[in-house]
Amino acid sequence: MRLLLSLFLALLLNACATPQLRGTGDLGLIIERSTGHVTLVNTTSRQPYARISGLGDLSHASAVYSRDGRYAYIFGRDGGLTKIDLLEARIVKRIIQSGNAIGGSISQDGRIVVAQNYTPGGIKAFDADTLELLSEVPAEFAPGQFSKVVGLADTAGNKFAYALFEGGEIRVTDFSNPKQPKTQRFPAGKQPYDGLVTPDGRHFLTGLFGEDGVAMLDLWQPEKGARKILENYGRGQEKLPVFKMPHLRGWSVAQGKAYLPAIGRHEVLIVDVATWKEVGRIPVRGQPVFVMARPDGRQIWVNFAFPDNGKVDVIDTLAGQVVHRMEPGKGILHMEFAPRGENVWLSARDDNKVVIYSTETFAKVGEIPADSPSGIFFTTRAARTGF
Amino acid sequence: MFAAEPDAQRQKELVHLVRQDCGSCHGMTLKGGLGPALLPENLRDKPAEGLAATIYYGRPGTPMPPWSQFMSEAEAAWIVDKLMTHFPE
Repeated sequence: MRLLLSLFLALLLNACATPQLRGTGDLGLIIERSTGHVTLVNTTSRQPYARISGLGDLSHASAVYSRDGRYAYIFGRDGGLTKIDLLEARIVKRIIQSGNAIGGSISQDGRIVVAQNYTPGGIKAFDADTLELLSEVPAEFAPGQFSKVVGLADTAGNKFAYALFEGGEIRVTDFSNPKQPKTQRFPAGKQPYDGLVTPDGRHFLTGLFGEDGVAMLDLWQPEKGARKILENYGRGQEKLPVFKMPHLRGWSVAQGKAYLPAIGRHEVLIVDVATWKEVGRIPVRGQPVFVMARPDGRQIWVNFAFPDNGKVDVIDTLAGQVVHRMEPGKGILHMEFAPRGENVWLSARDDNKVVIYSTETFAKVGEIPADSPSGIFFTTRAARTGF
Repeated sequence: MFAAEPDAQRQKELVHLVRQDCGSCHGMTLKGGLGPALLPENLRDKPAEGLAATIYYGRPGTPMPPWSQFMSEAEAAWIVDKLMTHFPE
């Protein structure tokens, strides 16, 4: 009987499903920062398929994905949190969750979306289905003093790691009981400006602006506290003025080495991830903003702060040096690799388009019009820790 | 603010610079980010000369860099004047 029933159910499902079924693995979105739009794209056809408006101030907006890759959660600068359905190409829900936000993350189990805020400084957890507020953790680091939150990253066990810019701390908040979060605090150093979690979810790193170095917390042994790595990588040299803060999220581990943007220097730092010691530097043509590995780790693509934001350098990790230099457009703000890395998409803000290049031949293979494009986010992020 | 106004083309470039590149920290709508908000109500009580000097020379100890290689002091003063009244889109 049971067998018959399931057979019947399968037939029924088939019958209902004749309108085009499709997966989400080759979809993504482009943030159009100045007009509050997102353009939805397909990485197989390399074409846009829909455009959604009404997302508010999207300067510095970022997105994370539900586990099934169907829904994107977009965090806007104005504190807006918008849930988008990529299959139906529509806004499912939109809330204003704070006055000034800088991004967010989604939990390991996909049930909790956490936003990180500048004003009021702190993090807030939302139910991923309904966007109902579950709890909030103010970034109060001294009585009555609140800090901007930077570098929020999802880690194992529905814990989130982040850093406090003014507070100089790393924090880990455990949302395993989402309405009663528990927070641990670790002194980190002066002015953490962004953070990241390693692909295995073990180490949380935060770059320090107020001193030379990076603070690191081993999330498997948090009781050991945060420690400094890459101390004095500037070796007392005068830093160049920094015209844009580097982004650490989207960072790169390839062949047992991490590639990090040097702040205030025209260099990419190479760090051995077994010892966390610097093992080299690669000169590049500007102050790096994003230093991103192709999914296979063979190449590292680097874009730059103003005034060098029209340039992109490509490092070959086997050769240990820049092997290709290009000027793909004006105001290159972000890069995203196709799921397995055969192409890279770059947003050229001041050319109002996204350009697509082959990572093998460096030939241009397509472009998509977009209004002041910034972030590009593909659904492959859904299954990656720290994305 | 008696500095000569930049010409129309240069004004356009400066507005773009402020919205897009200053906007990395101060927000494209100038409502603030890692850097403070730059709307007229935020700047009202601050002396214009000091603000122009902050743009031109930067502010040591903070992430604010000097922008002197990209503009003149007069242009920094023009930006401050616009920020304090109404900044063009």
